[in-house]
Amino acid sequence: MHRPPRVSGGDDATGHLEELRHDPIGLMSRVRAECGDVGMFQLADREVVLLTGAEANEFFFRAEEEDLDQAAAYPFMTPIFGEGVVFDAPPERRREMLHNQALRDKFMRGHAETIAGEVERMVAGWDDEGTIDLLEWFAELTIYTSSACLIGQRFREELDGRFARHYHDLEQGTDAIAFVDPYADIESFRRRDAARVALVELVQEIMDRRAQDGDDLPAGTDKDLLDVLMSIRNEDGSPRFTADEVTGMFISMMFAGHHTTSGTAAWTLIELLRHPATLAAVTAEVDGLFAEGGTAGTGTVSYQALREIELLESSLKEALRLHPPLILLLRLATTDLEVEGVVISAGQLVGASPAVSNRLPEAFPDADEFVPERYLEPRAEDVANPWNWIPFGAGRHRCVGAAFAMMQLKAIFLVLLRDWEFELAQPPGSYRNDHSKMVVQLAQPCEVVYRRRSR
Amino acid sequence: MGWRVVVDEVLCQGHEVCEAEAPGVFEVGTDHKVRILRAEPDAAERSAVELAVKYCPTHALKIVDD
Repeated sequence: MHRPPRVSGGDDATGHLEELRHDPIGLMSRVRAECGDVGMFQLADREVVLLTGAEANEFFFRAEEEDLDQAAAYPFMTPIFGEGVVFDAPPERRREMLHNQALRDKFMRGHAETIAGEVERMVAGWDDEGTIDLLEWFAELTIYTSSACLIGQRFREELDGRFARHYHDLEQGTDAIAFVDPYADIESFRRRDAARVALVELVQEIMDRRAQDGDDLPAGTDKDLLDVLMSIRNEDGSPRFTADEVTGMFISMMFAGHHTTSGTAAWTLIELLRHPATLAAVTAEVDGLFAEGGTAGTGTVSYQALREIELLESSLKEALRLHPPLILLLRLATTDLEVEGVVISAGQLVGASPAVSNRLPEAFPDADEFVPERYLEPRAEDVANPWNWIPFGAGRHRCVGAAFAMMQLKAIFLVLLRDWEFELAQPPGSYRNDHSKMVVQLAQPCEVVYRRRSR
Repeated sequence: MGWRVVVDEVLCQGHEVCEAEAPGVFEVGTDHKVRILRAEPDAAERSAVELAVKYCPTHALKIVDD
C-alpha cells in the first residue's frame, strides 16, 4: 500500500495548475503514461488523484456519494449557479433533483418535434448558401432547444440571441484558477459575473411583464416552469423566489445539456465532413427515413425509428468518444480509500478522464481514428467497454440526460442533413477545442459552408 | 434455453426507464429502486426487456442466458 505516484513537472508553488489551464489532455495522458491507472497531479495545495483504465474507473463510478462527493469538487460552478443551487445542496436533495420529470421517456417524442422545429426556425434565416460559425450557431440553437424542452415553450419565446451570448460568458468563466480562488480578479470571471447579472435582469423583465399581465395566458399558450415558480408564495403572500433564484435554477437546469450538446453537434458535423463516405451513408440513412413518410419536422418519423437510426447514432457516439465535452470528472474523497493497492487520502480530489479513457488502445483499436463502425454488432465497443467508453460518465452518476441528448442530436441532424449540405470552410485539421477553461468549447475560427440541397 | 434479467442495485438510481419499456417486468417504487416483478419473463417480453437494458440510464440491468 502506497500513496499515488506524482506525475513529473509542476515544480512551482501552483503545481500543475498552469499545465491544466493550457494542455489538460497532455497532462492527464502523461499521468497515465508515467504513473499507470492511479497517478497524481497537483493544483496549488490541492492534490488530484487521476484514475484511468477500466478497473480504476469502475471503482470511481461505483463509489458511494458519501465516499466520493461531487459537491466540493466543482468550485468553479457556484459563482455561475448561485448559492444553494446544485453543487452546494445536500446529497439527498441532489438525488431528488436527478429525477427530472422533463427527461422522462414519455416526454421524448414531444421534445423531438420541439427540437426539429427550433432547427427549422434557425435555418429559416439562411440564404441558399452561406457560412456559419459552428460554436455560435449551435450554442444559440441549444439555448432555444433546452429552454423550450426544460422550462417551456412560453419562456423560450421570450429569449433571443442576447441570452445565448450571456450564457456563453458564463461557460467561459470556468478557468481552473477557480480551484485556487473562484472569485479571483481575472477578466473571464469579471465577464462571468457581469453575464449572470445581465441574465437575472432579462429574467426579471420577463417576470415583471408576466406579473403585470396577471393570470391570463395568451391564447394557445401553456403554462411553463416560470409560471409555476412565480405562483409559489410565502405565507405573507410575497413571491417565494426572486429573479436571482429563478435564474440560478434555470442556469443550472440548462448547464449540463448546453455546451455538451452544442459541442457534440459541431464535432459530429466536422467529423462527418472529414469522412465523406460516412457522411454519404448517414445522409442516405436520413433520406431513407423521410422517404417512408413526409417531410415536416420529425413528425412523420416514428420515435422508434429515431431511436434506432444506427449510422447516425454511431457517428454521434464516435464524435463523443473522440471529443468528449467533459474531459475531467471530479469528486472529493471524504474518507481514506484504496484502489489497486494505492491509498487515496481524505481531502484529495479524485478524477476520471473521458478524454484519456475513451482513447485507450487496449479498448478501442485505432483509438484516435473516427470509426463509427466500431459500434455495430458484433463489435459494439461501447457496450463491451462500459468503464472505458465514458463520454457520459458511467455508473450511478451516469448522465441522466444521455437519452435526451442522443435524441436531441438525432433530431438536429435529421433536419440539417435532409435539407442542407455542408463543406469545411477551413483546412480539416484546423478545427480544435479550446482547453483554456474547464468547460471545453470549440476554438474559433470554426466555420463551415452550408448550401441548400437540390432535389 | 432460459433467460433471466438481473439488476445491479449499486448502479440503479430508479429513473423508471425500464418500467416505461417493460411495465410487466419492472416496477420502480417511491424509494427509487427497481423491483423485478418476474425474473424469468415470457419470450414475448424479450424485446421490451432488451430495450429496457439498452436504455437504462445507469446501465444497471443485464440479461443472462442460462
